[in-house]
Amino acid sequence: MEVIYMLIGFSLLVALIFLGLFFWAVKSGQFDDQYTPSMRVLFDNKKSSTKESNHNQKNRDE
Amino acid sequence: MNSSAVISSEICYHCGEDCAEDTIHFNEKPFCCTGCKTAFQILDESGLCTYYDLDENPGINLKNTKHRARFDYLEDDEVIDRISDFRNANKLSITLNIPNIHCTSCVWLLENLQKLDGGVLQSGVNFLKKELSVLIDTDKTTLRNVVEQLVTIGYEPEIRLEKLDSKTEKSHQNRSLWLKMAVAGFAFGNIMLFSFPDYLDTTGSGLGGNFHIFFGALNIILAVPVLVYSSSDYLKSAYAALSQRGVNLDVPISIGIVALFSRSVYEIVTMTGTGYMDSFTGLIFFLLIGKLVQQKTFNRLSFNRDYRSYLPIAVNVLNNNGEEYSVSLDKIRPNQQMRLRNQELVPCDSTLISDEAFMDYSFITGESEPVTVQKGERIFAGGRLIGSSALLQTEEKVTNSYLTKLWNHEAFQNNEKELKLTTFADKISPYFTVAVLGIAFFSGFYWLQTTGMDSALSVFTAVLIIACPCALALSTPFTLGSALNVLSLNGLFIKNHLLIENLSKATSIVFDKTGTLTKSDSAEVEFIGDELSPQEEIWVKSACKNSIHPLSRKISLYLKDVIARDSVNGVNKPRACAVQESVGSNLPSMETESIQGDRFVENRPQSISTTVAPRDDRAIINSFEELPGKGLSAKINGDLICIGSTSFLADQSGINMEHIPESNFNGSTVHLSINGIYKGFFGIRAGVRNGILDLLQSIKDTFSTYLLSGDNEAQKSEFNTYFGSDGSLLFNQKPEEKLEFINRLQEKGERVIMVGDGLNDAGALKKSDFGIALADDVSSFAPACDAILESNSLKNLKNFIKFSQQSMNIIIASFVISLLYNTIGLGFAITGHLSPLVAAILMPLSSVSVMVFTFLTTRYYARKQGLTIWK
Repeated sequence: MEVIYMLIGFSLLVALIFLGLFFWAVKSGQFDDQYTPSMRVLFDNKKSSTKESNHNQKNRDE
Repeated sequence: MNSSAVISSEICYHCGEDCAEDTIHFNEKPFCCTGCKTAFQILDESGLCTYYDLDENPGINLKNTKHRARFDYLEDDEVIDRISDFRNANKLSITLNIPNIHCTSCVWLLENLQKLDGGVLQSGVNFLKKELSVLIDTDKTTLRNVVEQLVTIGYEPEIRLEKLDSKTEKSHQNRSLWLKMAVAGFAFGNIMLFSFPDYLDTTGSGLGGNFHIFFGALNIILAVPVLVYSSSDYLKSAYAALSQRGVNLDVPISIGIVALFSRSVYEIVTMTGTGYMDSFTGLIFFLLIGKLVQQKTFNRLSFNRDYRSYLPIAVNVLNNNGEEYSVSLDKIRPNQQMRLRNQELVPCDSTLISDEAFMDYSFITGESEPVTVQKGERIFAGGRLIGSSALLQTEEKVTNSYLTKLWNHEAFQNNEKELKLTTFADKISPYFTVAVLGIAFFSGFYWLQTTGMDSALSVFTAVLIIACPCALALSTPFTLGSALNVLSLNGLFIKNHLLIENLSKATSIVFDKTGTLTKSDSAEVEFIGDELSPQEEIWVKSACKNSIHPLSRKISLYLKDVIARDSVNGVNKPRACAVQESVGSNLPSMETESIQGDRFVENRPQSISTTVAPRDDRAIINSFEELPGKGLSAKINGDLICIGSTSFLADQSGINMEHIPESNFNGSTVHLSINGIYKGFFGIRAGVRNGILDLLQSIKDTFSTYLLSGDNEAQKSEFNTYFGSDGSLLFNQKPEEKLEFINRLQEKGERVIMVGDGLNDAGALKKSDFGIALADDVSSFAPACDAILESNSLKNLKNFIKFSQQSMNIIIASFVISLLYNTIGLGFAITGHLSPLVAAILMPLSSVSVMVFTFLTTRYYARKQGLTIWK
């Protein structure tokens, strides 16, 4: 049963990583504007890649 | 007659407007004007034509932008510094407000700005805020270039004076709320998992002691950040309230939080139990969700605007050589010359240098008719120039102008209302807290007598825990949050959810007239007198078209409609008849070819004149004379047409004043004579908005209604029947008088809703219990207020008030539900049976059921009121 200690340790670690990711997402401004990204989905990739839009998004908040 | 032919004109490829007049073809695509064509050309050259694929005809109509605003001031280093977000040697980042953003195509185009201007490094759009953030390389381009490029493609940024004075603080308060919620949710989920074995394990033997300690320790570690970080707002607010010797709802919540946490720590450390950490973190998690719901604000609207957001940032000034350049407003000094164009605002008090100008003061004073200003007369800040451009000499700095002084008037700076807002929950929380503490002490004392200290303490804390008014705290934000949502779907945007209570308690409603009940741009024109023949209509229209007086413009627009309607309906009065009717017309019919291109020749749209039976709408004007402020006379092929005041007609065409019948028309009148014979007059009044009269009729009995107008009494009789007895219709009111009127009503104990639209209502809006600013476009300028209402939703005002009253009832109902849960919980607590499992079930259950209840009932009642509940 001692393996439980390790498993719980790992599961907490994974959960903490996700919490950290959420912190990063909030701090990079992904929760500031929850509407416009839904419109960007419609854009053609050839001209404006989604990567670029994310980049814009991030930079705007800096 | 084929009337469809009239409509079947081409549609502009860029903006989707009918290409009524001269269609321009380019690349086999029709355009309504050169502006649209240019915009298309620019996009075409840059390979940005995807713009036209995302949405149909997405462009912004460029027909009416005759005078391009000048952006010289954007080269001024100081101005750039003050309006930019960030700037260094060669990078500049700025956030521009662009009201024209309206569809997917706009977002796409603006985010591909770097294809149009190589100096743009990044651009991003926030659609709801209608904002564009750009980062530009100042070595390759200038801010001015970028802004001018934006203007060419139709996205003119609105750069207002307020931008100069405040560095836009990027509000990130929501971010910390998200983070707090994340921490609480994270702890909640994990603690639930760790506590789960305990719930199943009724004997306490299954896991072995070490796991018990391990899980207990983890629970405490996970719960500490929730207490310190996530619940900090509640603890701080409770502390602040207590230190001011008040009690708000956060006090019992904080008591519950502290009791939960310390009891759990005590149980875990002494190994007497498993603690309530899951209930604790869950409680905070739900409370924060409630907070997030109530924090949902309307980003794109701003309710606390002042005069600075009304004025433009710059104005065109003439230098000594007579050259125009634009200067930012705070650099305007007295005795400078500036040129204003149609629809531009006067930024500071000035005198007129040009001979004559028409000023629209409706926003400032409530007067519906534009005022004629003669050379040398004073023009007050805030007026809007109408008609041809005018030259002005500044008298005061912007900060010393009438508008600014009016705004800074102390009565207008009433901020008490915000502070007085309390929820029903806050009001009952002192009693609630006392009751909970009373029950806790009483039952604790009882158990102390019967069994001893240990169980007494545990019952005491159990009562505090279970009585924590979590559901109570959620009911207000959830009900009002969802009411706010429903109202915004129906065009009423309220600043703060607490204000809904003020709306629901209203007893009297005060309306402004100009711009609120009436719509200034849709004038109702009617002709009273002998019927005009089609030919005469055309003459009059052509004559009026040459005048810049606002009333003539309205008449000419009205006649244009009449003529178009007649021709579409096929009411094509026989031409022979027309000739007979036209007084003293010894002319051949007007079908003779008129000289094209002449300034005085009026062209009907080609599509109409070719498809409809021939009917000439052109009239050649031989001579034209206009006396400012009096009237105009025109000779058309020998027929003398006089339009204007009665005395002007008497002067010009020799009509005896006595032959002109008295008129008792409510509104402006413009009289007409043709060849010395009096024909009648045009009555012009501001049109009443759709559905307003029905609204006034329906609320007359339930509320006391009043009309406060800065305008003259012309329309008094029209509204008389819709308002109460004497004294409820007041005209010629100054802004201060309006405010005073509201004040008097409030002293009589009335709860007042004020509906207005202009700066002249600003003081009254602030003073009233619920100030509604009416706006045709909610993102455009509105005076400081509690709510912004889309003008076409005003007719639903009664339903809005009714719905707000029902929302308050829903809050009370959900209070009852949550109290019910509390009573059940107290039953467990007092008898000493509150196990962690019971707490873990009861607390989330009460929160969730209150959320579901408020969500469903608000929507049910909204639907009953005929409001939209879904987008």
